[in-house]
Amino acid sequence: MGAKPSPTRWPDDIYRILSAADVRQVSYVPDAGHARLINLCAADRKMRTVVLTTEEEGVAMLAGAWLGGERGVLLMQSSGIGNCINMLGMIQECRFPLLALITMRGEWGEFNPWQIPMGQSAARALENAGVIVHHVDDATRVGETVFAASQLAFNSYRAVAVLIGQRVVGFKQWNK
Amino acid sequence: MPRRPTIVLERRKVVTAILRPRGDALVVTGLGSPTYDAAAAGDHVNNFYLWGAMGGAAMIGLGLALAQPKRRVLVITGDGEMLMGLGSLATIGVQQPPNLSIIVLDNEHYGETGMQETHTRRAADLAGVARATGFRHSATIDNPQQLKTWIPKFYRTAGPIFAAVKVTTNRVPTILPSRDGTHIRSRFREALLGPQRAFE
Repeated sequence: MGAKPSPTRWPDDIYRILSAADVRQVSYVPDAGHARLINLCAADRKMRTVVLTTEEEGVAMLAGAWLGGERGVLLMQSSGIGNCINMLGMIQECRFPLLALITMRGEWGEFNPWQIPMGQSAARALENAGVIVHHVDDATRVGETVFAASQLAFNSYRAVAVLIGQRVVGFKQWNK
Repeated sequence: MPRRPTIVLERRKVVTAILRPRGDALVVTGLGSPTYDAAAAGDHVNNFYLWGAMGGAAMIGLGLALAQPKRRVLVITGDGEMLMGLGSLATIGVQQPPNLSIIVLDNEHYGETGMQETHTRRAADLAGVARATGFRHSATIDNPQQLKTWIPKFYRTAGPIFAAVKVTTNRVPTILPSRDGTHIRSRFREALLGPQRAFE
């Protein structure tokens, strides 16, 4: 047991849903948990992948994308949630749709104590900033959760974050 | 130290001159004075005014420019706002949007909060940062003739384009556009996309 990877191809499930939802702008701060999804999106000619220096850039960029008639997604890790808070104020005030898919650290078998504070306050911090939070801990349910989140975000003009549990992503084993 | 010419350009005249030939360009304005300057130049349905989201103006411009590749996108913001989002210049440099121009009205001060000096007063060279992060054209503009030369570039030259326009700290009347975020965004989208797509 330990860092056994998820048996299902949940990143492929997410990619299919993003593609069907006509998501065109894929902004991300790299994360190992999202590596496969980022590659799938980068290989799709209809999607533009944009690497960010900090997560709040993605929040602002997706506001601009939607102003211009395109849908986007923000891929990030829970450690970057704090970086987004100020920019989320605009999302709330303007009622911009926002879809954020966040891989969790600091919650399940975490090795690095510095990941705990943000990981443990992830959902509360987002909810305090007006974001609707869906948490998924079962790899077979990632797809349906992302689908529901995308519907909620784009049809109801709301910020929605899917927290993909560390149990799904797998955690690093440092003492191999 | 770099040369420091006397600052002579007035922000209102600069913004009015920049926006006069705007055509169908889309404009994003940074919070505070740039938002008021754009409103003073004439309210427009293609303006997206920010009243917050400090540090986000350039990235909103990027998302918009990628979504609307046939339209020119101008971001007009302040030096304090740009300094808070310096990393976004590096992100834009990677993406190379040809239709994006970022114009910083650089008065070297935080105008809304008591006129404290910003980093550009002492050391930071914003045009230098833009150049170093991959902008195709970048300049510091400090005289009327140079501004006149650059205005057509904001609209026609392949970008990304960056300009820091040095402006005085002289006080100007406050002209306030709408500050209701949902109204500003809905008005902008309806004008750009039409009522069908704007509210789908």
